[in-house]
Amino acid sequence: MTEPFVLTGFPDAAPMAGLAGGVLIGLAAALMLLGIGRIAGISGITARAAGISDSSLPRVSAWGFVVGLPLGAFIVMLAQGGLPANFASPLYLAIAGLVVGVGTRLGSGCTSGHGVCGMSRFSQRSIVATITFMVTGFATVAAMNALGLEVLP
Amino acid sequence: MMRRILIPVLSGSIFGAGLALGGMTDPARVRGFLDIFGDWDPTLAFVMGGAVLVMVIAWQIQPKLIRPVFGGDFALPGTQDLTAKLIGGSALFGIGWGIAGLCPGPGIAALVIEPVSAAIFIIAMLTGMVLVRLFEGKA
Repeated sequence: MTEPFVLTGFPDAAPMAGLAGGVLIGLAAALMLLGIGRIAGISGITARAAGISDSSLPRVSAWGFVVGLPLGAFIVMLAQGGLPANFASPLYLAIAGLVVGVGTRLGSGCTSGHGVCGMSRFSQRSIVATITFMVTGFATVAAMNALGLEVLP
Repeated sequence: MMRRILIPVLSGSIFGAGLALGGMTDPARVRGFLDIFGDWDPTLAFVMGGAVLVMVIAWQIQPKLIRPVFGGDFALPGTQDLTAKLIGGSALFGIGWGIAGLCPGPGIAALVIEPVSAAIFIIAMLTGMVLVRLFEGKA
């Protein structure tokens, strides 16, 4: 998508694409909530699909949602003729994945469950969780930059 | 069929499309947003804003429904208890998110962008989730 709107001071930002993507995410989460009565929290749904969570979402539904994620991304990839692919090296991906896995289970959620579904519900837990992972995310990138650790190509 | 499979697949697909369109499947975009002291990229604030806006409306509708539209019951988590586990876990999650610029949804959606990278991230993430399960003694 060609970005029709340039944000003063941030020439690389894509605010309209971001907003459109956000609205789609919100609609998807609203469909889960109002359609079948569940929170679209991806870490929880993934754990459920993998059989390591006791949530009441049927496993087949968890799998359906998880399979949908790459499917939806694939449609956008086709429509746009490709998507940016700047991924970290296997070592960094493995470390990051492990920490994300432990953190999201202990913290009962990630960007989708706490950041989108919980914040919009004004849940005290989710607001605290979201502020916490944003702050440590900012700090991690700042610390890695200060140490000169380049993780992306 | 509708409730158990079609709606979850449809929701997951719309979610995945939103992640890709908003730039969340591009770790450079995500780390650009987290690089608040450097060359900051505010795009993800628009993603989060758009998503939260729609969901604020959905949460106003939810209490008016006796049952979800496609049947079954509402199963919604509590919202109040602040625990050390919640905060510690979220702090860890943010560190992992910052290291590689991927959170769970984009990590899975990225299977169609760079399958090997995505698979490494997903397997490591599942390993972390299993570790928590083992420590909590429910394996």
